[in-house]
Amino acid sequence: MGIIRSLSQLLLVCCLLLPAVSVAQVEDSEAQQLLTALADSSFAEKKQVVNRIADSGDDRARGWLESFAANKLARIKSRGQFVIVLENRGRDWTVESALTRENLGEISRRDLDTIRVNNALRTELESILSVIDLKSPDEANRLTAARALKGSVDATLAERLPELIEAEQSEPVSDSLTEALAIYKVEEQGDITAVATLSGSLNSEARAALQQAMRSDDPALVEAAAKAMDSIEQKLKLNRAAETLYFGLSLGSVLVLAAIGLAITFGVMGVINMAHGELIMLGAYTTWGMQQLLPGQPGLALILSIPAGFLVAALAGIAIERTVIQHLKGRPLETLLATFGVSLILQQLVRTVISPLNRTVITPEWMSGSVMINEALSLTLNRMYVIGFALVVFASLMLIMRKTRLGLEVRAVTQNRAMARSMGIKATKVDIMTFALGSGVAGLAGVALSQITNVGPNLGQSYIIDSFMVVVFGGVGNLWGTLVAGLTLGTINQLLEPWAGAVLAKIIVLVFIILFIQKRPKGLFPQKGRAAEG
Amino acid sequence: MATTNSWLLRPFQERSTQVFLGVLFTAVIVVSLLHLFMPQDSALHVSAYTVTLLGKYLCYALLAVAVDLVWGYLGILSLGHGAFFGLGGYAMGMYLMRQIGDRGTYGDPVLPDFMVFLNWDELPWYWHGFDMAWFAFIMVLLAPGLLALVFGFLAFRSRVTGVYLSIITQALTFALMLAFFRNEMGFGGNNGLTDFRDILGFNLRTDATRLGLFIATGIALAIGYVICRAIVNSKLGRVSIACRDAEARTRFLGYRVERVQLFVFVVSAMLAGVAGALYVPQVGIINPSEFSPLFSIEIVVWVALGGRATLYGAVIGAILVNYAKTVFTGIMPDAWLFALGGLFVLVTVFLPRGIAGLLQKRRKTKTDDDTPAGQEATA
Repeated sequence: MGIIRSLSQLLLVCCLLLPAVSVAQVEDSEAQQLLTALADSSFAEKKQVVNRIADSGDDRARGWLESFAANKLARIKSRGQFVIVLENRGRDWTVESALTRENLGEISRRDLDTIRVNNALRTELESILSVIDLKSPDEANRLTAARALKGSVDATLAERLPELIEAEQSEPVSDSLTEALAIYKVEEQGDITAVATLSGSLNSEARAALQQAMRSDDPALVEAAAKAMDSIEQKLKLNRAAETLYFGLSLGSVLVLAAIGLAITFGVMGVINMAHGELIMLGAYTTWGMQQLLPGQPGLALILSIPAGFLVAALAGIAIERTVIQHLKGRPLETLLATFGVSLILQQLVRTVISPLNRTVITPEWMSGSVMINEALSLTLNRMYVIGFALVVFASLMLIMRKTRLGLEVRAVTQNRAMARSMGIKATKVDIMTFALGSGVAGLAGVALSQITNVGPNLGQSYIIDSFMVVVFGGVGNLWGTLVAGLTLGTINQLLEPWAGAVLAKIIVLVFIILFIQKRPKGLFPQKGRAAEG
Repeated sequence: MATTNSWLLRPFQERSTQVFLGVLFTAVIVVSLLHLFMPQDSALHVSAYTVTLLGKYLCYALLAVAVDLVWGYLGILSLGHGAFFGLGGYAMGMYLMRQIGDRGTYGDPVLPDFMVFLNWDELPWYWHGFDMAWFAFIMVLLAPGLLALVFGFLAFRSRVTGVYLSIITQALTFALMLAFFRNEMGFGGNNGLTDFRDILGFNLRTDATRLGLFIATGIALAIGYVICRAIVNSKLGRVSIACRDAEARTRFLGYRVERVQLFVFVVSAMLAGVAGALYVPQVGIINPSEFSPLFSIEIVVWVALGGRATLYGAVIGAILVNYAKTVFTGIMPDAWLFALGGLFVLVTVFLPRGIAGLLQKRRKTKTDDDTPAGQEATA
């Protein structure tokens, strides 16, 4: 017995020490007293006790009330100690101490006395819990609570909301609360003044409230609600337009990424590389391979795949240039056929060596999810990264072509090969470097594409025609043209999609380009001057 | 009248045409005789399956001749001839579909099965008339011809040439493929048209009809070949070769280059359409995969292997490649794309004039000199 006593004394000491750690806690004796009052009072009195607990400012109060509402606050009959039930299935329940949160293991159901709650009290508790959240010192917590309130305000909470709004320092929180209150007023009381507050709100609960108001008997209310609805529709339309534009830009930047390497090999060098799509595919498979090599670290693997994808595709490009393309100089149609053959071989190689099925590439955590702009518009993160990546790749290519020795030599060789050679430029070397650069960029495109589409042997095929379209539409030999053309085509495609469906939108874009090329055979931005005559 | 006769008859005076027609007719007759009169268990018996397979090769050969006409003699590398082939095939397929009548799975006397399945109430307007054979056969020529006319008119008028033209022909067939995949188009979507029964009252599933179709294809190939030869030998053909070699110069000499190009392009498209129309009853199905860019580019490699600008080379190439395809896909399906891809590379890099070029060189070296032909061809 002595041991048990000394142990319980030790426990007591521990319990006494604990409150000193956290400031926002009442003395344990007081907490014990409050909970005892809760357990022992009648339902009518319980309401007041609950309010006292809520007002105590103790940061454990929320947990107590929550478990109380869920029938999970209990007292151990023998000791009078309050516990929160974690697991209430079977005969023995797992509990933890309500005061210290210490896990007390399993206790027989019969030794526990659950504090009883009724439905009226439960409703009361909901708004009290909301109020507790709204009083939280952390602004983010308050904002989440305020947003969650929209459409779920009840009479008790509605009474307390004005003072909370008054006391609120942060503007987004008080705006959210005002809106929540207005939704309540419109829904329950048909309050015309509140209708005005809702005008322009993007919340779906607000719309539901207004729709309900539009069905009411009061003509003034109906008119006001209809007006508010109109302004909401306007705003929603704008948001949808913004969303379409975002999708368009993201599709466009995918097209730019896929086409920009081609803009170098086809546009600048004049080599038709039908295996370009398969170089993209190699980049995507490099990402997959990297993730296989580094299991559990998809983010690191993805970042490493950027240089790796570039290298793999560039080496493959060099191999294609050396074995096939250099023998077919000046015969563009034959180059087209031969590189098409290469693309078939590469596809089948992947099918045979890896698998004919799609491979899954994991999206790292920092790339998944979305950014919420407002309640009607949220932008997915991975697409945002792709847009950024496309712009970075484009900018660096621009720099290489304009500011480096290699870029200068490439432009010299393409404009006048003989003259460039007589100035001491090694034309063959420049050919290889340019082709490697274009191919490497295709590999980069593949790394990016692996994040937003399936990685399979047909990945390249689905992009090759689009890529050529973008380059031809933008004007051969013009990197800016490729950027503008890619973004334009992507946006047009997305604009048409809701109206015509995905497949028809694609057909319309293809027909549009075919007709456009008839009108302007040299693309949007034709080359001028000497470079144009090839 | 005399002049008309002379340009139509001139091909028959050429040795190459005589040889080609001789070989073609001998082959068709021998195959037919072996099929009809050899007993089933004889090693020399040609089964109905083989007859149909050979018929399919001949369709491809006609298609290749059409491509060679524009690529070899006009310098236009069309990567979209599958579109014309497919359109001809669909025109024939629609006729065959209407011939099924109420024998389909759903037994609707007018609507094809897939329309009943999609809950359509009536035939779309463009399906009317296809129950009549003459109308369907005109459409076989007209549908691809019209597409080629409109497309070619726009393209040649604005002088889109070379690689650009190749790429937009590819886009054309790609767009058509996407379009025909849609169920709303009314061409059976993904599954295409199939389950045919009769053609002109003959049961498609009997051996006799199959043999008849094979012979008809042989005749069509012969006629197509002669038409192409006649065009190539005529003055128009000379101008078209001039366009191929120096388009600007031909224009400066006063020729309306775009008209020549348009004429040859439309004729070629119609030939491709006929090939498609003969292909469909023999294969028993037409679906959007005929429009796939891969198929169109494959046609080009048949011509490249056989040797462009010879016409007979196209026939050789088409038959050889497709025979190889049948064999390969039978024994090791995985290897076929390797072989096809390798063929693309090897032919373009080492055999720019194709098999016909090899044959010509050999003949030349036999008369001039005794250098081994193989070495020179690879040099």
